[in-house]
Formats: sequence, C-alpha cells, structure tokens
Amino acid sequence: MAHTEELYLGKKSYNVIGTRPIRHDGADKVTGKAVYTSDLHLPNLAHGKILRSPHAHARIKSIDVSEALQVPGVFAVVTHDDFPDLENKVANLGEAGMVNLLELGANCLAKGKVLYKGHAVAAVAAASTHVAEEAVLKIKVEYEVLPSVTWVLDAMAPTAPILHENLRTDFMGKKEDKPTNVALHLQFEKGNIAEGFQSADVIVEREFKTASVHQGYIEPHVTVALWNEDSRLKIWTSTQGSFVCRQQVAELLGIAVSQCVVVPCEIGGGFGGKIAVYLEPVAALLSRKCGRPVKMSMQRNEVFEGTGPTPGSFMRVKIGAKKDGTLVAGEAWLAYDCGGFPGGVIGPGCMCVFSCYEFPNAKVDGFDVLNNKPHTQAYRAPGATQAAFACEQVIDELAAKLNIDPIEFRLKNAAKEGTRRVDGPVYPRVGFIECLEAAKNSPHWKTPLTGKNRGRGIAAGFWFNIGCASSCSASVNDDGRVTLVEGSTDIGGSRTSIAMQLAETLGIGAHDVQPQVADTDSVGYTFLTGGSRVTFATGLAAYQLGLDLQGQMKQRAAEIWGCGADTIKVENGNYSHNGHTLSFKQLAAKVAENGLPPVVGRASVAPEGSTNAFGVHIADVEVDPETGKVTVLRYTSVQDAGKAIHPSYVEGQLQGGAVQGIGWALNEEYFYDDKNQMRNASFLDYRMPTCLDVPMIETIIVEVPNPTHPYGVRGVGETPIVAPPATIANAVHAATGCRMTSLPISPPVLWKAISTKA
Amino acid sequence: MPVVFIPTPMRDLTGGEATVTVEGEFVRDVIDALDRRYPGIKDRLCRGDALVPGLQVCIDDTMTRRGLNARLAPQSEVHFLPPIGGG
Amino acid sequence: MSKKTHVTATLNGETVEFLCEPRHSLLEVLRDTLQMTGAKEGCNNGNCGACTVMLNGRPVNSCLVLGVEAEGATLETVEGIASHAHLHPIQQCFLEGAALQCGICTPGFLIAAKALLEQNPNPSEHEIRFKLANNLCRCTGYDKIVKAVQAAALELQKAAP
Repeated sequence: MAHTEELYLGKKSYNVIGTRPIRHDGADKVTGKAVYTSDLHLPNLAHGKILRSPHAHARIKSIDVSEALQVPGVFAVVTHDDFPDLENKVANLGEAGMVNLLELGANCLAKGKVLYKGHAVAAVAAASTHVAEEAVLKIKVEYEVLPSVTWVLDAMAPTAPILHENLRTDFMGKKEDKPTNVALHLQFEKGNIAEGFQSADVIVEREFKTASVHQGYIEPHVTVALWNEDSRLKIWTSTQGSFVCRQQVAELLGIAVSQCVVVPCEIGGGFGGKIAVYLEPVAALLSRKCGRPVKMSMQRNEVFEGTGPTPGSFMRVKIGAKKDGTLVAGEAWLAYDCGGFPGGVIGPGCMCVFSCYEFPNAKVDGFDVLNNKPHTQAYRAPGATQAAFACEQVIDELAAKLNIDPIEFRLKNAAKEGTRRVDGPVYPRVGFIECLEAAKNSPHWKTPLTGKNRGRGIAAGFWFNIGCASSCSASVNDDGRVTLVEGSTDIGGSRTSIAMQLAETLGIGAHDVQPQVADTDSVGYTFLTGGSRVTFATGLAAYQLGLDLQGQMKQRAAEIWGCGADTIKVENGNYSHNGHTLSFKQLAAKVAENGLPPVVGRASVAPEGSTNAFGVHIADVEVDPETGKVTVLRYTSVQDAGKAIHPSYVEGQLQGGAVQGIGWALNEEYFYDDKNQMRNASFLDYRMPTCLDVPMIETIIVEVPNPTHPYGVRGVGETPIVAPPATIANAVHAATGCRMTSLPISPPVLWKAISTKA
Repeated sequence: MPVVFIPTPMRDLTGGEATVTVEGEFVRDVIDALDRRYPGIKDRLCRGDALVPGLQVCIDDTMTRRGLNARLAPQSEVHFLPPIGGG
Repeated sequence: MSKKTHVTATLNGETVEFLCEPRHSLLEVLRDTLQMTGAKEGCNNGNCGACTVMLNGRPVNSCLVLGVEAEGATLETVEGIASHAHLHPIQQCFLEGAALQCGICTPGFLIAAKALLEQNPNPSEHEIRFKLANNLCRCTGYDKIVKAVQAAALELQKAAP
C-alpha cells in the first residue's frame, strides 16, 4: 500500500492512536441504557419458543401441531415444512464459507431427522413466553430413535451409525463411494517426511484428545423479527454480522437481500458462535404467519444443546529434531468433529498445527467428522487451539529431551518472513521471533518459580486473521465533530478503535468522532465482526474515509480562500495556505457559515490476505496432588498486535482469550452420558472460570507493523485463545511430571494421572 | 510463469509432481492449462464456473476471494487451500 | 394463567406498583413489566449474575426471586447507580479501566461491586475476587474488572469524610 511508508514508517508517534480514551458507548453500557435485542419491546409483540429433540439421533415419523394451536394465546406454529424448498442450494457467504442452505435450514428446524439432542423441531408464537412454553409441550412428535455417536473416533468407525445416508467423503475433489460420517479428508505435504524422520536424532509422538467446549457468551441468542404486510422483513438481533445474517435469512426464506433489513443491536458476546443463524429465520416465519413481530430468545440449556460448540478432537502428532535442536520432520493426523452437519473447522486446524515453525518436511492429514452433537461453529481462531494443544506439548517434550531451553528451542525454529508453511504459502513479515524475545525478557520469565508442586509452562499460538469488505461513511458537523456510520457490530470496543483511526487521519480528537453501528439499510456492505478483522479492515475503511473527508475539507478551504485545493497544506488537522490557517473545527464552522456544500464522505475496502498474528504465553501453576486441582498462580500473554490502536482493549482481548483458554484447559467440556445426552447444560455444571479461579493476566503487546495497513494494525481477537491449553498443560507437566494429553485437565483426570504415576 | 502448488490428493493426476509451472494471466487460465497437461484436474478444482466449495485460491501469501478471476503476476505462486474464516 | 397479584415496592428511590403472576420472576417484572432492562438475563437459574440487583440492601440474582416477593421491598438496579447525570465512581472506574467489552455482564458486576464496597470499603484483591465470583464475564478475563473495583475503592475512600 502506497501510504504505508509515509504514514507508518515515516511517523513514529501519533496523536490519537496508542492512547486510551473512554469508549464512545461507555456511558450507555454502565448505566443499563444500551439496547441489547432482549431489551426491545415492540407493540403487539408475540413471543416464540422452540420445541427441541429429546433424542441424540432419530427419524421424525410425524409432527402433530393441532393441540398446540388450540392453546389460548397461541398465534402460529411452524416446522421445517414452512421453509421454501431448499434442495441443492449453496449460498456463498463470502469468507464465512459456502453454506449449504438445505443443511442450514435443517439445523434451524429439523428436516426428516433430528441429529442431536436439542435440535430444533418446531416453534410456537404466542401472547407470552409462558404460553408459548406450554404450547410447545402440546406438539406431538413421533420419533424412531436411532443409534447415535458422539466421540469422533467412534463416528469414523465403519460400524458407526450414519448421520447422512447420502454423504460421501470428499478427498479434496475426489469422492469416496461408501456411506460415511467423514465429510472431508484434507492432506498437506511438504518435503519428504520419511527422509526427514530418518535424519532425526530425537522423535516424539503423542496422541491427544479434546472435549467439545462452548463459546459461552453471557447473552443467549435472541432475535425479534417483523414480517410486514409489504413483504419487507425487519430483524433486530444479536449477531456478529448483520449483513451475513441478512444473507442467510434471505436465502433461507427465498427473498431478495434488499427485502430484509437487519438491525444489529448491542451484542452480549459472540466469539464465533453468533455468525450462523438459528432463531432469525424461524422468528421470521412465525411473524409472517401471525402478522405480529415475534421475539425469540434461548434459555441457557438451549444455547448449550442447540448452538455451536467448537469441535471435540483426536490428534496424533509426531515431530523429529536434530541434536542441535533443528526440527527436521513433522507429521499430524487430526480428526475434528463437526456435529450434525458437515463443515467444521478442520481446514484451519490443519493449516495451523505446524504454523509456528519452519519444518523442512511435514505431512498433515485432517478429517471433518459428523457426529450427534450440535453443528460446530467457530470459537476464536477456530481449529487452532486444539492443534496447538497437541503440537506445543510435543515441542515442549522435544526441548526437554534435547535439554534445550523451551524459548531457545522455539527461537531456533521460529516461523519468520520467508518461511514456507506446510500448506504451501510463504509468510510475509511476521512477529513471532519478537514475541519469543519479549517473553524471554519478561518479568515473568525472569522470575524463578519456587515451591512444591509448582511448574511453569510456555507455548506459542498463531492465527491468520482475515480482511474482507468493510464500508463506512461520515458527515462533518458545523461544530467540527464527525459523525461516523459503520457496519461492524461492536463486541469489545471496536467503535472506539475505528473512530480513533478516523480521528488520527483527520488530526482531530478521539471524542470529536461520534461512531455508530448502523443497520443493513444505512451503511454499505460490511463483513462480520470476527476473524480479528474489524480494527484492521473497518479501520482501513475509516482511514480511507478520513482521506476522503480531508480532500473535501481542502476543497472547501480552497473555495473560502480562493485558491487551488492542491496548494493547501494539511498538518495535524490544520489547513493552511499563504499565511492563513484554520483548524478542522474552524474550517467546519466556515463551511456552514459560507453556505458551502456539507462535507459527507464514504469509503469501502476489501483487503485480501491474512495479517498473521503470533502469541506466546507463560503460565505458573500449582497442583494439589490430593485433589488434582490446578491453581494458576501467574499468567503472561505476549502478542504481536502490529499496532495497538487502543492498548486497553488490546490488553482486554489478550486477557479475555487467556481466561477462556484456561477454562478450556482446566474445566470446560460437554459431558455426554451413555445415551449421548449432554448432562451439564448449565453454567453451574459447565464450569467457566470465575474471577476467583484466575490471577491477574499480565500482557505484553509487541508491535511489528503489518505492512498492509497504514497504521500497521494486525488484529488481535483470536490468537489469545490458541496457546493457553498447551501452556497450562506444559506447566502441569513441569509441576507433576504428568504429560496431560486430553482436555480438560480436570481435577479427577489429573488426580488419576498423579496417582497412577506414583 | 506462475507456479501451481498441486494439493497432495491431486498429485495422482500429476504423476506425483508437487509443483507445476504453467502459462496463465488468471487463475482460470492456469487451471485450463493444467487440465490440458493433466486431464481431470479441473474436475477436482472446479464446479461449473467456480472453484469447488471448500477451496480458496491463495496467490503467494494472499488468500483471495476472486477465485478463477484472480489475476496472476509472472512469478506468482498459486495454492488451493481451505477457506479461512474466523470467530 | 393464574390470577395476578398487586405489588408495591421502592425501585431506585421511587414507589412502583405492578401486577404479576405468581410464576413471574423479579427479573421478568423488572424487564418486561417495568421496562427496566438494565438487569440482564444470562442463564435464568442463578449461575451467571447478569441479573444482580439490590433487594433490601443485599445483592440477589433477580431471576431467583419471585416478583411477588418484592412486596414492600427496596430495590436498586443499575439504572439507579448514577445520580443527577453524574456517573458513580464505580461506573467511572469501569469506563476508565476498560473493564467491559460486550457489556452484558456489566450491570450485574456494577451492582455486586457497589454492594461489596458499601460493606467493605477497602477489600483485598482476594476479597474482591471472592465477592464477585457470583458474576460471570466471558470477555475480559476479569483482570480489568478487579482493577476497576480497586480503583473505585480508592476513589470512594478519597471522597469519604
């Protein structure tokens, strides 16, 4: 990008970027005024409720809704039959991937079969939630219960119950010929692993498994849909991407995207789990049937049992190294489950397993495996955390066997500019070495850990980060404040990080920009909030928007001063010509005073490629050998942010991801009984970390500027969750001598390992 | 000329070749040229006038959404990879 | 549908009257009947704390209290923390310390933190973590929340006579 050099490399300090202003939506959010979808009250509102499958796998023989319709206060009932014919339609949701509409529709309301306990079967709209709850119980569904399977390796066995009779394994374009639960087999190869392993002095091979975990956002899925008599559909919802939601809903209902407007309300967390639609199309169908707006919200057990966890997995990783610590070969075999419908996150899992290191020879096989769980969804760096749990433990073990410091071992083999990944592409400038150096020099690493049953672990993590389309527009007010309209749902303070980039570009203050997140009718197409993309891509749009506004301001100044616009100099928001100078604010006032055309700008961008964020984590733990309980004593997260626009919210991403990862490492799991029913679908039994479970999370932000962004931004949201489970496992090993190869490392599991070892 | 990195499962069609150098200004040209040399490879890479769902083109280090219409430089590397989304 | 009960209570200093069914939780009454939507529903079974409100001076999960139990009670919700267009120091410290990301848990944390500091103006980090363990946050990792409460404790001590 042409501007990179002059702006970033030429300018060492900024006025706004790198400061910590109070977020623009802050007052709303600490006073209870911020409007989340559930806070909406519309006139004549009906309330919807879903009937869900009690079985993990069953054929639906019949659905009788007649009694439910007789309940006083019931307005409408819908089943899958209310969807238009979705046969053989594939919708391209941009970088959210290709979505098979038949499968998406069948996940929203089951078609013919239920594929997991909690699978939606029918829905009721009624005068109140309580009436709707009573009415769904009156829907009579006759099931033929089928054998089910939830463990990924069992689901791959030739004797496994088959979820989709017509499914055949796709081996990257080659179709197998037998019914199977393996939807996809991926394979990547670099060099010659046989020769590579032959040249190794030390080889470590281990098998790993991880349980399904949930994103665990505190706000359950909730939506309000209003199908108007003019066939316009309006949806207020909790979504990571209003445009991606609009597209899914329109495709499922067979209407044009412009017939549907999606209003993104404030969102109570997403982490990848609020991209696919669940309630939105169902509420729309109910609204069309009953002529009222329909509100639907999930209870917490429905969130666990009916929405996307991230995959459970089985992995085998083998790595060989020379005595001097040079890696010579790696081999990985990864099976990730995808729940009831094909299309999980095995692709990025395969691409990330060896992505931190230079491997001259490597081979990765990956399998996308159907089983009777909810269809998996992204969860922060989807697929990378499982892979890092496996690879980073093997790396740790190799370093120990070679008697090399684990940071030095990683430094020796670290991916850098020019490293060719196993899946093929070569890295541009990345900041992994800088992160390792920062970890090595951190106060945490330099402080010796002492005490019984204690251990220190370190691990690395990588995520691609994505670009994609973003749009924004803005108008300059008479008082010099700029109203910014953008389309990225703000989940963690992104309004402010985008506004700050516009403010920096214009040379005004962060609070001279007033950002708002607009609905799909009020802003240009903007891809979802995910893939760590918003501060990077929407920030890039804000930067371009700033240049557009600045150009127009120069033209207005030229009219005022009667000179050519190109003779006007702009520096730090001051416009000057021939001894005259006007600040941005003064000029804005003059534009109004002189009756000049108002300044309204817009920008849209669609950057391609990944921005590549690396992180390194350090954990100190203490293990109680009597109970197997792990206490995290100290934790540090180091990450290359490229450039931290608002350092507090970058730290927040690092800290939040670390604690989610600690939960994944130590407690969280979908616990299935012998009927493949989830037995812990509540926050009481699905144990997410509380503040009593974790220490302060120290952060070190490394800034190796991303050459494809004018301010060097890489994006930060996802990489923070990649390293924690491996970091904790390596620390537990250091404390106990037990190599914990399955997640979670819960007290009974660890206690058993310690007891067996003794 | 652009260098195409053949996905491992498709190397049965290229006689085990991992990289193939072919002429082409756009990804679609490169695939046509590949298919002339290794008949059947286009069927694995394309469905109709698009890449098969589940594959994305990566040119050098840049994943592109332009698919068959992506433009290549003379020395470009072409990779076919699973798409990357994110949470 | 059962018969509704008439309830009178004090909410954020004002007298409120409402009708509720015996099965309606206090959270439902606040959000749906009184349109005070600051308290959030995260789990509806007392595990997440997003619905925390003060009931007669004690923080409670309002999803676990019945609406009819509020008869004669004094209630305080997040909407009542700021006064005369001024944020309370706890709110200010949450903003300055970036102690929220998505913000859905924030009302519950603010109530719980205020209750804690009223009871114990100078809590240790452990006491803060212990008292706030009823409230789940999935975004922040708690670090900045704990620090915001520590900062608010200092502010309130400075302001105390």
